[in-house]
Amino acid sequence: MATSTSSVFLLTVNGQIEGANFPEYDSLYCKYCFVYGHDWAPTTGLEEGITQITCKSSHSHKLIWNFPLEITFKSTNPFGWPQLVVSVYGPDVFGNDVVRGYGATHVPFTPGQHTKTIPMFVPEPTWKLQKFTGWLLGRRPEYTDPKVVAQGEGREVTRVCSQGFVTISFHIMTKDMKKMGYDTGPLVPSDLQSATSEWSTEEKSHI
Amino acid sequence: MAQKQRRRERLLKQPTAQESHDDEEVSTIQHYSPNEASAERADDSLVFSRPPTGSRRGISLKAQHASTSQHLDDFMTQHFEEKLKAARSKVENLQQEEASAEPVSRLQSLRDRDTVTRFDRKVDPVRAKGHKASPARNTGVKFREAARQIAEGLPTTEEAYNFFTFNFEPDPPDETKRLDKKKQKQRERAEEDGDEDGEEEAEEQEDADAEEENQDENQNQDEEAPLVGNEEDLFVIGQSPQDFLEVRKAEYVRYRKRVQRDSELLFTPSFQTVPTSVKLPENMKPRYLEDEGLYVGERPPISVTNENILENRILKMKEGIKWFGDDGRIMALPDPIKESSTRPPLFHMEGDLDPALQTVYRKALKSKYANLYIGGAADPEGDYQLDVDVSGLIFSHHPLFSREHVLAARLAQLYDQYLTRQHNNLTGHLTDKLNGLRKALQNMVSVHGEQIITQAMQQRISEYSLEVRSTRQLRDAEQEKDRTLLKSIIKVWKEIKVLRDFQKFTNTPFKLYLRRENVDRASDEQQYEDEILSEVMELAAESEEAYQKKLAEYNKQLEEWKPWMKKQKIKKRKKKKKKGQTQDDTEEEDEKEGSESEGPFEEGPPRPVPPEKPDFGLIDQQVREKASRIRRKPGEAILIPELSASGSITASEFCPRTEVARRQDVSKRSLFIKILYNDKEVSRTDSRSLSTDFRVHFGQIFNLKILNCPQSINLQVFEEIGLSCSLLAQVFVPVPEPSVVTGNVPIEEFEFSSNQRVMFDHEGVGSDVPLSFEADGSNKLTLLTSGKLSSSVSWGIGEDDVPLAPPVSQQPGGIHSGLGRLDAVTYIGASGLYDMKKISEWATQSRMDPNDPKNASIMQLLKVASSGEVTAPEYFRLEHLQEEFNLVLDEKLEKSNRFRLLKLRSQEVAEFRNYKFVPAFDREVSNTVFQEYEKRLKDGEIIDTKEHLDSHRALVAKYLQKIRESVINRFLLAKHDYLLSDLVIEEEIPNIGILGINLFKLAEPKRPLKPQRKERKKVTAQNLSDGDIKLLINIIRAYDIPIRRPQSNKPGQSSQSAIQGSDWYLSQVQVRPFVEVSFQRSVLQTTTADGPNPSWNEELQLPFSAPNGDYSTASLQSVRDEVFINIFDEVIHEIGVNDKERGSSIHTQIEKHWLGSVKIPFSTIYSQSRIDGTFKVNTPAVLLGYSKERSHGNNGGYDMLRSLNEGAFITLFITIEPQLMPGESVREKIKEVKFDSQEDERLLQASGKFERDAALSYPDRPCITTVTDLNGKTVFITRYIQPLNPPQEFLDEFPNNPLEATTLVARFVSLLPSLPDQVLFSRACSLWSTCDQFLTLLAGDEEEHAVLLCNYFLSLGKKAWLIIGTAIPEGPTAYVLTHEQSRYLIWNPSSGQYYGQYDTFCPLQTVGCLVNADNVWFNIQEYASPMRMSFDITKANFWKPFFSRSFSHPGLSSVQPEELVYQRTNKVAASELQTRIENILKEKIMDWRRHQPTRWNRYCNSTLKRFLPKLELGGGQEVAEGHRLELQSQLGDYRITGFPLHMPFSEIQRIIEQVYSTGVHNIQTSKAEFALAVYVHPYPNNVLSVWVYLASLVRT
Repeated sequence: MATSTSSVFLLTVNGQIEGANFPEYDSLYCKYCFVYGHDWAPTTGLEEGITQITCKSSHSHKLIWNFPLEITFKSTNPFGWPQLVVSVYGPDVFGNDVVRGYGATHVPFTPGQHTKTIPMFVPEPTWKLQKFTGWLLGRRPEYTDPKVVAQGEGREVTRVCSQGFVTISFHIMTKDMKKMGYDTGPLVPSDLQSATSEWSTEEKSHI
Repeated sequence: MAQKQRRRERLLKQPTAQESHDDEEVSTIQHYSPNEASAERADDSLVFSRPPTGSRRGISLKAQHASTSQHLDDFMTQHFEEKLKAARSKVENLQQEEASAEPVSRLQSLRDRDTVTRFDRKVDPVRAKGHKASPARNTGVKFREAARQIAEGLPTTEEAYNFFTFNFEPDPPDETKRLDKKKQKQRERAEEDGDEDGEEEAEEQEDADAEEENQDENQNQDEEAPLVGNEEDLFVIGQSPQDFLEVRKAEYVRYRKRVQRDSELLFTPSFQTVPTSVKLPENMKPRYLEDEGLYVGERPPISVTNENILENRILKMKEGIKWFGDDGRIMALPDPIKESSTRPPLFHMEGDLDPALQTVYRKALKSKYANLYIGGAADPEGDYQLDVDVSGLIFSHHPLFSREHVLAARLAQLYDQYLTRQHNNLTGHLTDKLNGLRKALQNMVSVHGEQIITQAMQQRISEYSLEVRSTRQLRDAEQEKDRTLLKSIIKVWKEIKVLRDFQKFTNTPFKLYLRRENVDRASDEQQYEDEILSEVMELAAESEEAYQKKLAEYNKQLEEWKPWMKKQKIKKRKKKKKKGQTQDDTEEEDEKEGSESEGPFEEGPPRPVPPEKPDFGLIDQQVREKASRIRRKPGEAILIPELSASGSITASEFCPRTEVARRQDVSKRSLFIKILYNDKEVSRTDSRSLSTDFRVHFGQIFNLKILNCPQSINLQVFEEIGLSCSLLAQVFVPVPEPSVVTGNVPIEEFEFSSNQRVMFDHEGVGSDVPLSFEADGSNKLTLLTSGKLSSSVSWGIGEDDVPLAPPVSQQPGGIHSGLGRLDAVTYIGASGLYDMKKISEWATQSRMDPNDPKNASIMQLLKVASSGEVTAPEYFRLEHLQEEFNLVLDEKLEKSNRFRLLKLRSQEVAEFRNYKFVPAFDREVSNTVFQEYEKRLKDGEIIDTKEHLDSHRALVAKYLQKIRESVINRFLLAKHDYLLSDLVIEEEIPNIGILGINLFKLAEPKRPLKPQRKERKKVTAQNLSDGDIKLLINIIRAYDIPIRRPQSNKPGQSSQSAIQGSDWYLSQVQVRPFVEVSFQRSVLQTTTADGPNPSWNEELQLPFSAPNGDYSTASLQSVRDEVFINIFDEVIHEIGVNDKERGSSIHTQIEKHWLGSVKIPFSTIYSQSRIDGTFKVNTPAVLLGYSKERSHGNNGGYDMLRSLNEGAFITLFITIEPQLMPGESVREKIKEVKFDSQEDERLLQASGKFERDAALSYPDRPCITTVTDLNGKTVFITRYIQPLNPPQEFLDEFPNNPLEATTLVARFVSLLPSLPDQVLFSRACSLWSTCDQFLTLLAGDEEEHAVLLCNYFLSLGKKAWLIIGTAIPEGPTAYVLTHEQSRYLIWNPSSGQYYGQYDTFCPLQTVGCLVNADNVWFNIQEYASPMRMSFDITKANFWKPFFSRSFSHPGLSSVQPEELVYQRTNKVAASELQTRIENILKEKIMDWRRHQPTRWNRYCNSTLKRFLPKLELGGGQEVAEGHRLELQSQLGDYRITGFPLHMPFSEIQRIIEQVYSTGVHNIQTSKAEFALAVYVHPYPNNVLSVWVYLASLVRT
């Protein structure tokens, strides 16, 4: 691996898992991990993590984690652009820890601020009976690997059920992408212009 | 007015907060004030001592208090109005009032109600006011007010006014003087009374007062009410201390008060009857329609209370009055509820309904055009009008055409073409251009003449000549067309003439005249010649150029070819020299040889062929030929055809009957045209009859007023014959642009045609019918009805010349801006670039400058195109702009290393499967990346003999590699097939039992006294990384470790002394063993224990890292590393005492001596997930310096058991932490993929069922009935068992000792190297090779060994079975069972060892099934351990046979060969190999001991070498101590440690590994010497047994 001599670009992701909207559930926590291609490697920061358990307040139905994400990737190839995979867990009626949702999103390409709302889903049991026993025993179907949701292969054999939403905010900085001929460019909409320009100036100073 | 002024004064002093409010009130209420005031004054003096009389007032209180201040204001106005009315009516009567409490009848008088209302109203506001007012003032103010009132005696009108109008905020209740209260009450009463004069009113007041008296303490609101800041009165009375002193009671809100407070906030409509007067507009008497004789429907029944409540509520609302009808009641519709059902009863509700009556639901369809209104939908009047002008119709062919008509139509068509061509005069144009170009070229050449032509010049000249060439070609083509056109016109005319003569009548009026224009012959000829000359010149130049090019190419090739040629020659020559031929061969011969050598040597480039020189004569000839073909002959007159329709048509009388019939038919026909707009017929033309010249004139214009967006305009041509009409054709007319308006549109001709087949029996030629004009009927034509419809569609123009077209922006076509018109691509789209029409359209619209040189090419193109013949491109392209987007050429892309890398990675080529960081740029990809891969590709052919030492093995290795690759590819495919279980972990559907257990579990204690072992959580391997996985190795204890032999020079004694005297044991350390575990080059060791039966009980953790960091199941299964568990003896030597300075320090040296080892492959651990048991330590046959004799302690019975066995044992527990998911799922999937099979389907099903049943009832007992052979086909297992002959020499060796022969055979089998399938085929299912394949491949796993051994045993006449079971450490495996002399022997085929059935240390743990050639038996006994079970397969309750009476053996033939053919042993090769191994090992050992010299003791070497063949002969069994003694005697003063290693030969690497693991080379003493001997014993079929004798010698 001749990484020392080869040119790479950097992608810095700051942000936070802001919270979630699971109308039916409470006391949830969230695991996240980044999934990326062969040509990517994290240089600093946490690749995966687990948040605190949060409960709903009496007057808001939002679950707030505000869990910071901070990671920098280096890469030679935009193929396999990092994806953030989140999976939410929480206790069920009997106190068993069960999964409440899986979801994934690509880390935004453009420098600047982004807010993503990820719809979450869980795999469905094959049989109604399994649904019942799963509920009873607190063992719902789970993905063998949460990273499955970041890939397309093999998904056709599963059936899923929607659950809720997780909101994530990202602040993206890139370095040397233009140098390598990749122009992701800032966002065009004028309402985001101010935010992006701020970031892109920072990006320039970076370079 | 005066009052008003005063108010104003006051207002100025009032708090600002109240100002605005006041102002508002002024206008509305003022006019009542005088009245009020007077009333107040009048009743001021009323007494208030009456006792409380009724609760009615209370109710009203509650009812009315809730309104807010705003409401109150509105309400007040109303209220006063009422009061005025009431005053006027002047009827007050107590009885009446009481009566009013009862439900009011419809006929009740208005007056009655009036009073009641007034009563209610009157009190309420006061109350409300009082409550509202109270809180605003503080005590001080109140006091002032009170004082003022005292002073004045009477409340002023202003006060009264204020009382009603102010809004006050709530204030904490406070206690004030009774006086104040009374005063206030008086005032209140005064106000109230002021409104009315009636006595009952007063009574009411008194009631209220009484109430208030009763609750005076609480009713503070009342006291505080009416105070407004009268600033002038502030200091009228001096304050007394009492004024400031407040005495409060403990706060307690009484119920009533709370009720009151609530009532302030809440509105509860009263349920008392509302007087009609309130409900009706002023001065209106209720009108009863019923009384007037009109029908009034029955009102729906409502309870009176509810109605009252509703009325009260509505009255409070704004504009509430409008809800009341003329009769003063709430408006109501008649009761809609009918007494009886009016719907007809439904019978047969279920099913019996007639299917015809069944309701059919259809989805609502949205009309396609429904919402497509043009322009603003809000403006439907925006008249848009489409004018459709249908002018006429000309048939170019009609079924009723006579033959003459056909020809005439063709003639007309050709003539038309001729005219247009003539008009365009393309030929002339091109000729001019050509001449111009030629001239320019000539000029250029002549001007520059012989001067040096610059590069640019040359460039231009070549450009010009290119241009000339293309122009000339174009011109030639045009000329040819002109010529052929003229020819065909003349031909058709001739045909017509012939036809007319033949049929003797004329049908068409056409006549063709040919005008002859004579030319000057001489000049014409000159011109012709010139033309030809110049053309010839040009062509010659061109061909010359081409020739030069070819020549250059040829030369280049020749250059390449020559050196190669030379090389060949040299080679040849060398050969000749070798052959001793003479050197003076002639050149010629060489040449010959060279050319000859091309054959065998081939490969070289073929000798290039020189190009041919162009032949000018030929060119001249060609040009002339062409000219005569396409051009007028020189001097020939120019012919100009002229077509006229002046001829006369023969009248019908003179025609034959068929023609007459045709003409009659023609006259019968008439045509009309339907106009369909958006697929709806909107109009149709009159029907016109077909004229004899097949033209129809309509000349009608239809004005379509349209609302919907135009989608299509369709003209349908109908033909009418008599009454029936048929659709001939339809013509779709494009929707015009908004700019196209009537008046400026030319009539366009739309061609149409129909493929209807029509045939006639008269002269009409019909349609879709072949016809021929030739006499012999050849050259048939098939004509279809076709024609041209001339019409136009445009947007209409209204009055005032306003175009009735939709606005431009509404049209999808109208969005082109000026910019778009400049760029052809944006205007017509990329696909239009090949559409000449569109281009020309664009060209005209963009007003291109035709003189702009930039546009020259396009203008010319258009000119050519507009002549009507659109030259379609000669190729077809799906995406014609793709080329623009091809960033690089394909070849370049292929060459790109980066791209190649990416491609290989995505193909999952082994080397690149996990390649990280493909560099971003091509230049950063180092070429070394591919080296390995390319080498491997190349190696596919070449066999690397170096690594394998043995050519046969190398071949086998290659073959294996190939099989492996194909299998891997198969699985790569299979890997991408996902099952649900691969993705989702899901609970199995529990059966009742599990449910019950689970329920039972709930009741189970949380921390049971005897906890059960829990299964460890399994981890899927995917999300792991380096260092996550550890190998846990628990070394528990070992038995019977060889003990040291005392170093003595008296060999004879040593063993004796060891045996004698237990004292000796105690004093002398027998052995200090420790265990060293090495795995993946990391080494860990236990502490040292004492004695031959040590107990360590230690856990060692070894890190594990997967190859390439790939922790997928696939790669884990293919890990080939082995865990070496070596037992060493720690020997401490004292090497002299060093006491030079002070004291004594003893230097000791620690040596470790290898005693034995156990090897466990990682793949076994991985697939087993844990390995637990006692293993036989693989000890060398001889351990120099150690004795294997068992300690003869008094261990009693246990010894007896072990006495059956030889050697040392070690107890181990090995597992992986965290527990990895073994790759079962993949294997299962392979079953899903299912290989094809030649077995009977029934058999396969039965076997599947058998296996499933077995797995269900005894999940831990392996059961195999079908296996996969090397070709990937499923084969039934019994086909593998067949008696096969072992090598004859084994049988010959021990002719009378069958047991010896048996062991020899077993040894032979065990010498076949074993290679687990999992390793071989990475995670593939077990593939079974047949015995001949096995012997050829010389590699296989336990199954192959077992099958071979079993087959040998069968041929030796034994009863033998294959055992499918599990063993340690192999896991699921196959053993061989033999039945001899009433006892069963279990053979381990990979080691050649056999065990009795009751052998404690038999590695076989479970017996799943037995297999022989006839049947498979599954073990259904209680136990599966061989010791506790019966092998009697005849017992049906112990063994379940596969083939039974119900499913008998179908007579499966064996897949094994009839007979095995063995190669003879090759002794030479073996001895060669032996030397090579020896050399390699010696080198290696020296290599490992890099920092010290390695001395080889030659004498010892040769001695050891002599021992080895003996060992082999002994079958690896321990031979007598003899040779140790021998050694000892020869090398008396050495301390020798050493041992022979024995292994089957497969790869050199394995031998090296094994030698390395013994650690002999680790001896650090400089005095150490080494001895190494290798012996390779050959067995038939290239099976080799390798012995390595290693020894270290230390001089004592």
